[in-house]
Amino acid sequence: MSLRETYRLAPGTRGQSGLRGGGSGSRGSFVARAFGRQSLLRHLDWILIAAVLALCALGTLLVWSATEPGLVQAGADPRTYLYKEVAWFGIGLVLMVAVATLDIRKIRAAVPVVYGVALLGLLAVLSPLGSVVNGAHAWINLPGGFQVEPSEFAKLGLVLICAMVLSHLGDGGKRPRLREIALAIACAVPLAGLVVAEPALGVALVLLAVLIGMIVMSGLRLRWLAGLAVGGAAAGVLAVSVHLLKSYQLQRFTSFTNPSADLAGAGYNAQQAKIAVGSGGMFGHGLFHGSLIAGNFVPSQQTDFIFTVAGEELGFAGCIAIVALLAVVVTRALRIAARAQDQFGTLAASGIAIWFAFQAFVNVGMTIGIMPITGLPLPFISYGGSAAFADMLAIGILQSVHRRRTVFDRF
Amino acid sequence: MIPASRRRLWVLHLVVAALLISLGARLWYVQVMNSGTYAALAAQDETQQVVVPSVRGEILDDTGQAMVGNRTALVVSVKVAQLSQRGDEPAVLSRLAKLLHVSVKVLDEKVRTCTSGVKPPCWAGSPYQPVPVDQHVSDRVALQIMEDQQQYPDITAQVQPVVDYPEPDGANPAQVLGYLQPITPQEVKQRHLTVTGFSGVDLVGQAGLEQEYDAELRGTPGIQKVAVNAQGEVTGTVSQTSAKAGDDLVTSINAPLQSDVQNILASAIHKAYDQGDTGATSGAAVVMTTKGRVVAMASYPSYNPSVWTGGISAKEFSDLFGTGHGEPILDRATQGQYAPGSTFKVTTTAAAVAQGYSINGTYNCPASVDIDGQHFFNDGNPNEGPMSFSEALIQSCDTVYYQLGYDMWLRDDVKADSVASPHAPLQKTQKMELAWGFGHDPGIDVPEQSSGNVPTRQFLYYYWKQYKNYWCKNGKEDGDYDQRLDYQDCQDGYVWEPGQAAIAAIGQGYVTVTPLQLADAYAALANGGTLYSPRVGEALISPDGKVVQKINPPVTRRLPVSKYTLAYMRSALAGVVTSGTAASAFGGFPLNQVCVAGKTGTAQVFGKLATSVFASFAPCNHPKYVVVVMIPGAGYGADTSAPAVRQIWDDIYGLEGHKAAMPNGQVPASLPSVSLSGAIKPPAGYSRSSR
Repeated sequence: MSLRETYRLAPGTRGQSGLRGGGSGSRGSFVARAFGRQSLLRHLDWILIAAVLALCALGTLLVWSATEPGLVQAGADPRTYLYKEVAWFGIGLVLMVAVATLDIRKIRAAVPVVYGVALLGLLAVLSPLGSVVNGAHAWINLPGGFQVEPSEFAKLGLVLICAMVLSHLGDGGKRPRLREIALAIACAVPLAGLVVAEPALGVALVLLAVLIGMIVMSGLRLRWLAGLAVGGAAAGVLAVSVHLLKSYQLQRFTSFTNPSADLAGAGYNAQQAKIAVGSGGMFGHGLFHGSLIAGNFVPSQQTDFIFTVAGEELGFAGCIAIVALLAVVVTRALRIAARAQDQFGTLAASGIAIWFAFQAFVNVGMTIGIMPITGLPLPFISYGGSAAFADMLAIGILQSVHRRRTVFDRF
Repeated sequence: MIPASRRRLWVLHLVVAALLISLGARLWYVQVMNSGTYAALAAQDETQQVVVPSVRGEILDDTGQAMVGNRTALVVSVKVAQLSQRGDEPAVLSRLAKLLHVSVKVLDEKVRTCTSGVKPPCWAGSPYQPVPVDQHVSDRVALQIMEDQQQYPDITAQVQPVVDYPEPDGANPAQVLGYLQPITPQEVKQRHLTVTGFSGVDLVGQAGLEQEYDAELRGTPGIQKVAVNAQGEVTGTVSQTSAKAGDDLVTSINAPLQSDVQNILASAIHKAYDQGDTGATSGAAVVMTTKGRVVAMASYPSYNPSVWTGGISAKEFSDLFGTGHGEPILDRATQGQYAPGSTFKVTTTAAAVAQGYSINGTYNCPASVDIDGQHFFNDGNPNEGPMSFSEALIQSCDTVYYQLGYDMWLRDDVKADSVASPHAPLQKTQKMELAWGFGHDPGIDVPEQSSGNVPTRQFLYYYWKQYKNYWCKNGKEDGDYDQRLDYQDCQDGYVWEPGQAAIAAIGQGYVTVTPLQLADAYAALANGGTLYSPRVGEALISPDGKVVQKINPPVTRRLPVSKYTLAYMRSALAGVVTSGTAASAFGGFPLNQVCVAGKTGTAQVFGKLATSVFASFAPCNHPKYVVVVMIPGAGYGADTSAPAVRQIWDDIYGLEGHKAAMPNGQVPASLPSVSLSGAIKPPAGYSRSSR
């Protein structure tokens, strides 16, 4: 361990004999305990939380704005989605805090269980429990009219299982060997396979990006990496040549390069999304004043295409703010990865960073014509309980990794 | 953390930074640099134009009676965009099909939008426009649709204007009026027309006055910009400009006279046919003022223009355009090209005087003249001896004019005749003929018009170029008569020969004119030498009665003929009616009430019975009208056309027991006016349906 890291580990100990003194719990009051040195609150990454809360707030407003005209037209309560989204984020925050309180080692111990649950969830959507939305078996029906989208949790499951498998040797200061890589890929294949079977191509892409990113991050020797890259490319070529991709999926990929070629079909969504974003200009038309949004010209505008609402109603200023907030989240995650006590923490945090970064890039990119149309939500912004929970759980894990450095290591 | 991971974390930082920066850059490009483009596209998305049709203007006769009008009809339309959003579109359409007594397939084809993969029949308009599916429904059907919107959602039955032909007093100048046809995409593009999607309004004038005055008659459709959502549902009105009705076209056609002229022409042709002139199956009559206004113009055979309304059937189309029924679509008054025969002698007289022959001189009228080795005989008449021009016109002596034609040929640039060139100089005689308006379009406001033909050297050159190969193939130097002619034409078909000059002088050979051209030339003769470009349209008046535009026949040119010569010829033509070739046709005509002057023409056409022609004007001293009748295949002008013309004069002035079509034989001095209620009132002194 480097000298710098040793130094950085110091705050806990230094604090105890530091100038501020006072000792935790000396006054016994709740406030004192809450902000005491040992308290959870003092060891959270507040910048990360602030960025996440800001994104959630923006997302809630955008979902409200996107759904209000349709709800008014249908004669329903125009705030239906607003209330639901607030509820999802509320529950998500509780989940985040709960996970943040856990020792990262306990989380690590629970990884096989998390992985198993994620796998079972994905299996369940293909069973009669699952329901079909937009041609994909992506949902499980729960009693009370609720639905769960297990593929959102599959991302979390993959991050954790890869972090566990790939850090096995890393925590001893060694690079992983091919056996660990093979195990990581073996763990990823069932997840990715089930996601492709739904089919949820966007999620599969995220899983692939996370897997590749985490293998790279694990410290595997470059020559092995190169070998893997060649093998992967060959597999990709094979997949296309045996038509593993459905024709509509290929069409989406090709149509994004020339969206006006097929305006009635796959290119329509891309074109309408770009028009909505582009027409926003510098400062947008203002929340609830987007006429394309009100006219429902962009499909799935409260979920996958939520960014078009930001584009039309908040303009470049709002869009850049969202991208900047996402950048804060990702860089905080990378910072946490860099400062993690153990290799598991590093890999888990960087896996989460890759997940958010890639997913945000694809989601925003598809609304402005630089990425193909895939069904991916924008983290913390898109409407949806499953995504909100999975995103918040991931933030909880980041916080746990963060705390491990500052709290638990003292013992 | 292992050191390898630390290094790679920096790489990951860079990758993430690159991704986010590219997002920011692209956002800047889309939202700031190209915002205008996308804003424009967004505006296109969000609004749709609904075009409110304008009512097409009417075409009126000189007293304001509609010859082409608008009638309202109940039209059933389907709002396709809205209906297709419903789940029960097929059920609704099948109910509607049953109600309208059409098959579901026919209805489906009518409402489907024409796109790249869909072949007609299909709806060529915007899917946001209601698609008309039936234009002739009864009140009962319309009520059923409007009352039971549960059963017929997004189906409307509305009153819309439909073109109507009321035929006032029986007047139906079908070929002059022209017709309307659905607008084609090319026309929309070329003329920047607005498509309303309302049946009966998205029509465009395709011939006649309807075509000539289409822009004025069609008015300006109103445009309603509505906000729509992605489903095409209208969510509000953005802006609105109201429709402006088209102007009415007042014509100088007098409906009662037009009707009579049609009937007189038809019965003259029938009579000639019944008497054995079986070639007499068509003809034309023109009545115009000496100032170029067309008062009546008839072409036989004719047709009922309402066949065009609501789509023409294949059979109706072939009846109109096919030769089986005599091509009634042709306006023989403006398009028929016939040899003028002896009516052309006034022009030849003018040409001779212009080339130095004295108007007061005497000219020999032998039984025949020999020109270039050929005999040219005086028609029917033996040797009449020397006579004046006046007598030559009254008797219609051919040999006088054969000789003049030859003499003028001799005096012309004979050298130019032997040069095969498109730039050969005009002959002096043909120059005079062109100056009388022959050989080029008269420029009337009816687009279908022919130029007739004057055999200039250029004409002969191009004619020779066109037929040379045929002549050279068929011609034989020592063959039969036809083969020898072809051989000769193959050699020198471009040469203006003395025989041709002689024949052209009596309005035969290569000379052809349209009845309108002949009337126009006689109008110039009658009015003292002013050649007009004739007009049917008299004025455009707005629906509230304001005169938008007065239409006056423009002066084409002055005849290069002295007043004296014209007056001389006019009095000679008066003699034709009293003591000449038309004397028998006008026997007993009250010339003391209205003095009529005219010239017969009997134009022989090779292998056919002659074209019967009579061109006339009246009153002799201060001519107001010209009347011309040309009936091919009907023999002597004096036998068929002159009696028809006599009846037309009877109608104009109310003579010989006929009722005058116009009070005192006067065309209205003022335009019809529009009352406050919008009704059109006839000019003072003229009442509707005066008979």
